[in-house]
Amino acid sequence: MTAIACSGLRIELRDRVLLDNIDFAVRRGELIGIVGANGAGKSTLFKALIGLLAPTAGQITLAGQALRTFAPERRARLLAYLAQGHVAHWPLSVRETVALGRLPHGPGDRNTAAIDDALEAADLSHLAGRNVLSLSGGERARTMLARALAVGPAVLLADEPLAALDPAHQLRIMALLRAQAGAGMAVGVVLHDLPLAARFCTRLVLLHEGRMLATGTPSEVLSDTMLTQAFGICAARFQLEGSELPLPWQLTPQAPQRRSTM
Amino acid sequence: MTCRLAPPALFGLLLSLAASSLFTGYVDMSPQHLLHGALSGEPIPQRILIDIRLPRTILCLAVGSALGLTGAAMQGLLRNPLAEPGLLGVSGGAALGAVLALYTGFADTFYLALPLAGFTGTAIAIGVVFALAGRRTGTTTLILAGVAVSSLCGALISLVLNWSPNPTALSEIVFWMLGSLADRSSHDVELALPFIALGALLLLGCGRGLRALTLGEETAHSLGVDLARLRVRVLIGSALAVGAAVSVSGSIGFIGLVAPHLMRPLAGGDPARLLPLSALAGAALLTAADLAVRLLHNTGPELKLGVLTALVGAPFFLALILRTRQEAA
Repeated sequence: MTAIACSGLRIELRDRVLLDNIDFAVRRGELIGIVGANGAGKSTLFKALIGLLAPTAGQITLAGQALRTFAPERRARLLAYLAQGHVAHWPLSVRETVALGRLPHGPGDRNTAAIDDALEAADLSHLAGRNVLSLSGGERARTMLARALAVGPAVLLADEPLAALDPAHQLRIMALLRAQAGAGMAVGVVLHDLPLAARFCTRLVLLHEGRMLATGTPSEVLSDTMLTQAFGICAARFQLEGSELPLPWQLTPQAPQRRSTM
Repeated sequence: MTCRLAPPALFGLLLSLAASSLFTGYVDMSPQHLLHGALSGEPIPQRILIDIRLPRTILCLAVGSALGLTGAAMQGLLRNPLAEPGLLGVSGGAALGAVLALYTGFADTFYLALPLAGFTGTAIAIGVVFALAGRRTGTTTLILAGVAVSSLCGALISLVLNWSPNPTALSEIVFWMLGSLADRSSHDVELALPFIALGALLLLGCGRGLRALTLGEETAHSLGVDLARLRVRVLIGSALAVGAAVSVSGSIGFIGLVAPHLMRPLAGGDPARLLPLSALAGAALLTAADLAVRLLHNTGPELKLGVLTALVGAPFFLALILRTRQEAA
């Protein structure tokens, strides 16, 4: 069942086209990776999907219903978003930070089990009383993911949850996202790590200069042609446990200077 | 992290400060005598307690809580511990309105002309900030617009002082700007209290949105918070509360900055819990400061309340910053 989808999506900001003609859907049980160069429109796509940017054209649907018809709190209960950068401004405890995920459920919400489960899933139970500002980068990333899980959403969109994390934390977060998808959640994640994307994601969407260049299985999307076109790189390839993992190796020889879209 | 005893303890402190404020003044009369006299209808104790000290005490509590609460709400909205009620032009507008009223003589035309002018100044300043920043823009634009409007208000006040027709008008304006709650009457209370209460109600209802903002604007939006509405609500709440407060008290600095800072550890950093705590702390701080003004008075003119809060507030704030730095190191 399609949890979140967009068709013909176009986003313009001050006469600049940021996204154009995007058709894409995440079904329950899927972990979809969004890949593409910096400035390709990955974060813009997520911001449109959570209703932060209004589409110039096209449709976004959440659970089969037009996104713009949702009351903010109902949308927030169905659709959780993990923002880039893992911002925390005030010294709340880890548990209180995770509990912010229950805000869309209203002041009468007493579902502490959702908070406990999220803390446990992210292996944070022992840090529950710690000040969130005193955590390491990896612990903070896990806290913010647990915050998103505490919502108990049908859809989770995570924007670069692996940025600035060590390999162990990257694996931990990807495994956690995969497990959530396995439990029936629809998960979309923006990634820059191509081997991890190929290993963990069920499908990939490749964005290039605001357009969809390819979508499909990781091996279809991360082909040599696509990597050259989207990133201007060549990859070395490994076969591991039946999946083909591309390792970015060098810039494409004599590639014309790629135009920055930033 | 939080202390459950903090609100009742603060409330107790506030009650004792309010009682001290009622029974401290320039007439040497014991509390028993004063209270008994006032209750049995003796004119002098009644006049001292009901007409002079009660309005002053009520205004201390109301103005202090308005400043503390607005400071906490502004800091939560802008996610900056240095934000205070003056940042978005709220106090500057009120001061300009009042100064213009004093300059033009409008202040003398009827009893509540001065506070009304201050209030109008706030409304105009906030309107201009809104027009500059727009409803959908981010926090930075809002702060920049506020800073621009505050600076303009400051410049216009200087211009008025520059053109002041005579030394009497000049000193009247300057004294008003120093901030004081001496010689206020029940009319001032009647004017300020409803607006402060309305503003406080609006601000106290912002806790949920401010708590979500802890994780940034995008996350707050994803949690179902309407950011544009939250911003409008905090601005209008602040304009009502601080506009009314500054209109009757003149400019009083540092309470809006120090009260949330003091209370943040007790609130466990939670911007929602910080709102009522800062209101209580602001009321306690201003009442204590006003009490100190009266106790310190010996001869000559009374020390202005705004001067005292700035004199004590600035070094106190520096000490807080140093302590935070040491803790962080």
